[in-house]
Amino acid sequence: MAVPVESTLSSTASDAVAAAEMPRSVRRGGSIAMVSGILFVAIAIAIPLLFKNFVVFQFTQMLVYAIAILGLNLLTGFNGQFSLGHSAFYALGAYTAAILMDQYSVSYIWTLPAAGIVCFVAGFLFGLPALRLEGIYLALATFALAIATPQILKLSPLEHWTGGVQGIVIIKPDPPPGVPLNQDQWLYYFTLAVALLLYILARNLVKSRSGRALMAIRDNPIAARSMGVNLALYKSLAFGTSALYTGIAGALGAIIVQFVAPDSFTIVLSIAFLVGLVVGGVGWLPGAIFGGAFVLFVPNIAEGVSKGLSGAVYGIILILLIYLMPTGAAGFVRAVLSRVSRVRS
Amino acid sequence: MELFWQQILAGIATGAIYACMALAVVMIYQAIDHLNFAQGEMAMFSTFIAFQLMLWGLPYWVAFLITLVVSFIGGVLVDRVIFKPIHDAPILSHVVVFIALLAILNSTAGFIWDFTVKSFPSPFGSAPLFGSSLISAHQAGMISVTLLLLVFLFVFFRYTRIGLSMRAAAANPASARLVGVRVGWMNALGWGMAAAIGAIAGILIAPVVFLEPNMMISILLYGFAGAVLGGLTSPAGAVLGGFMVGVVENLAGTFIPVIGGELKLPIALMLIVAVLVFKPSGLMGRTVVQRV
Amino acid sequence: MLSYKVSRRGIAAGILVAAALAASGAAAQKNYGPGVTDTEIKIGNIMPYSGPASAYAVIGQTEEAYFKMINDRGGINGRRINFVSYDDGYSPPKAVEQARKLVESDEVLFIFNPLGTPSNSATMKYMNSKKVPQLFVATGATKFSEDPKTNPWTMGWQPSYQSEGNVYAKYILTNHPNAKIGVLYQNDDYGKDVYKGLKDGLGDKAKSMIVAEATYEVTEPTIDSQILKLKASGADLFMDITTPKFAAQAIKKVAEIGWKPLHILNNVSISTGSVLKPAGLENAKEILSAGYLKDATDPKTKDDPTLKDYFAFLDKYLPDIDRANGNLIYGYGVSQTMEQVLKQCGDNLTRENIMKQAANLKNFVSPVFLPGVKANTGPNDYFVHEQLQMMKFDGQSWQFFGPIISAEAKS
Repeated sequence: MAVPVESTLSSTASDAVAAAEMPRSVRRGGSIAMVSGILFVAIAIAIPLLFKNFVVFQFTQMLVYAIAILGLNLLTGFNGQFSLGHSAFYALGAYTAAILMDQYSVSYIWTLPAAGIVCFVAGFLFGLPALRLEGIYLALATFALAIATPQILKLSPLEHWTGGVQGIVIIKPDPPPGVPLNQDQWLYYFTLAVALLLYILARNLVKSRSGRALMAIRDNPIAARSMGVNLALYKSLAFGTSALYTGIAGALGAIIVQFVAPDSFTIVLSIAFLVGLVVGGVGWLPGAIFGGAFVLFVPNIAEGVSKGLSGAVYGIILILLIYLMPTGAAGFVRAVLSRVSRVRS
Repeated sequence: MELFWQQILAGIATGAIYACMALAVVMIYQAIDHLNFAQGEMAMFSTFIAFQLMLWGLPYWVAFLITLVVSFIGGVLVDRVIFKPIHDAPILSHVVVFIALLAILNSTAGFIWDFTVKSFPSPFGSAPLFGSSLISAHQAGMISVTLLLLVFLFVFFRYTRIGLSMRAAAANPASARLVGVRVGWMNALGWGMAAAIGAIAGILIAPVVFLEPNMMISILLYGFAGAVLGGLTSPAGAVLGGFMVGVVENLAGTFIPVIGGELKLPIALMLIVAVLVFKPSGLMGRTVVQRV
Repeated sequence: MLSYKVSRRGIAAGILVAAALAASGAAAQKNYGPGVTDTEIKIGNIMPYSGPASAYAVIGQTEEAYFKMINDRGGINGRRINFVSYDDGYSPPKAVEQARKLVESDEVLFIFNPLGTPSNSATMKYMNSKKVPQLFVATGATKFSEDPKTNPWTMGWQPSYQSEGNVYAKYILTNHPNAKIGVLYQNDDYGKDVYKGLKDGLGDKAKSMIVAEATYEVTEPTIDSQILKLKASGADLFMDITTPKFAAQAIKKVAEIGWKPLHILNNVSISTGSVLKPAGLENAKEILSAGYLKDATDPKTKDDPTLKDYFAFLDKYLPDIDRANGNLIYGYGVSQTMEQVLKQCGDNLTRENIMKQAANLKNFVSPVFLPGVKANTGPNDYFVHEQLQMMKFDGQSWQFFGPIISAEAKS
């Protein structure tokens, strides 16, 4: 008898393998990756000089979502674990930052490592029982986490810290003295720096020994175990690291929006991360930026087309994207690159 | 103590809603091997079709039958038109398309019928059952229909050729194809049946929770929870799971002080996760064998 | 009681605001803020066109239609209204994004009637730091109007949830002093606010009179369990603080289980078309509530000369909409108040003057307000509506009774 759960996972995994192998073909195609990386950073740095504050704010939000999706990708793309619960870690990071800033007057910069640590621990602990669950069952467990989050944040015994349903309003940080930028521009560069740092760390992690262990677990857990990989430890670590990324994104999100409330962190947010992950490409780290852009901008485009039917327009755009690029931006970029290298040779 | 029994009975009545939806979830899982996040919206849309037909003056049962047929065809079309072209795409891409479908159906229903709640008639009436004020005739009727559907599905999957082929097609498409099962059409048929069962669920649920485009979103969560708790491969388990979720949730909300009322659903979900940790394939599901 | 709070806090605020307004408002005519030209005034708005609260989006539609009517008539003081309305899906971060889009990208003069407590909580700080009016927010949360000193750019419109709870408390104390009250409320800002108003109004007797309370989350499919719990407590007065869908469920369930309490339903859910009719008009008979706007679904109002314009408006600009929707008259009333403020501004259309005039409504009466209900504001008093009248549902429509009760009467 065939095994439904297992087949679900392995099809995710095999696709992710294909996507993960992409960097190699990129290197084969010359220094395209390097060039596009530099190009991306150059454009990213130029953005605040080209656009109004509001657009800069939107790009900052896009980067925040990209960081969260990067975290989800580490878990799903590289370790094969499925999560619908990342809104919970995002919320935890956001509330950690908000409470530290609001009640203990901690500088916003220090809230990021704090949010990261808190979420790492939470993710690691959540990963322990989740170990026994796979595929759809893990999806349900993480789903439960996402559903529970806004309700726990509202709990009356916690109101002293969380502000209950009212949420917490925080003050937008000013740029350091002497920096000739306004608040939005400064926060954009700050977020960009954090995003780049986290991206480089993720890239190194994936290439490291631990990264290979994570992928071995994804591709074949039993074989990985027999080769001496500590399954429990690595899967929990993957959960923790993923939560750390998403938590830092949450802290940044709280700082730029200046407000946290239970209603900001519903299951809809988790679903948005998942959509962003798939649109960007499962198992391809740079895909996060495409995913972040989709999560932020496509609903606005849909609303521009039709206010009454914005949901329908959003859905149709999403389906068309999957038709055109079934494996997300990753597959698309791969196809373009292979064509380019073919033309060259 | 009286309150205790009342809450259990009310939990069973509410659980019937979840059980109904859980059956639809199991149906699609047997047919396509994953959970369909758009299932609730499909059921909602079907219910609106029935609503519109009755608004046009058709009698209840005529509208009911037409809705079942339309939903079945709709389900088949969703498979043929939307999912066939991306058949080879990875599973997560399918999940995203489910989400897209959810958004489309929700938004379209809101556009056509707006977002205010609408009453939906019940064939059983809403009078108290046998004069007892604890459970209404409609709720009793809903439980009976759910159990009937359960028997139907059980027989279908266990004893009919087509049901067995469908399970084979979902569980192991390659092998099924080798023994002559037309996998593509089995999937389409599964979609059609899931849509029709969803329509029945929607039509039964709407008199209780009122008809509106967002009515199924939270119910689908409970339906998933019930189905997963009972075992995704077992219709009986799904129904049992649905009832259990309803009862546990009510008891938690009523009897756990301070946080119980505020955390009804999370408490129920945590219990389910706890059960799954010890019994990973659900209470009545088949044990999963891992392949290397 | 509420206005007592305001006047105590407000004195210093009033002086500050007045000084600021005097400085800018005293300038000559034709003083334009962003979004204003000789021919146009650009107004922003944020509505949940998608997401869990989309049932309220009809308010946005009504406002859009109202301003279209204004424009067809030649606008306000010769300027047409450009009404830019965006969707926030009832999500606070999205509301911040849309508010910033309206203010910084569309450069509207102000944001009018943005809906939802969480969304407005999220944008309040931004709007006040940018000094852009966040005018007549579509929520009754007390915090949006109670503190003109800290938030001079934010103002509510409808009676605050707390004053509404207060009115019920007064009614109960006078007419049912021995009631055993069972309270059901939505576990959020709004539910807690109404409940707080009720408890404050009952004062010392709250502890003994309220025998049971139950809450629900908007994600719950049904509230049957909560209703059973309240019935089991022996309560004979059901204080029903729920939003439309749950109100309809509650009314139906109460009838089904044969519980016959005195049922007081909050104003959020009084719509005949979208609450009472689905719940069964028979079941809704004898329910009490409090209102400040007319019930235009009452067949008797068909010939009401004061509502002729309202019905003509619906006929021409919203021909396809369900007339029984209670949000229509809300959208009409709040738009009319907005029109009044813009008229008062004349050619001095700066953001400062918008707030100054909004805080300068003197006995303003719209045909859709209940007879005797007047809108009054001042630099220290940002509560536009503070008067409510008790009403009873007769199986067809709401019948008002008793005096007009002011929240200010108590202090």
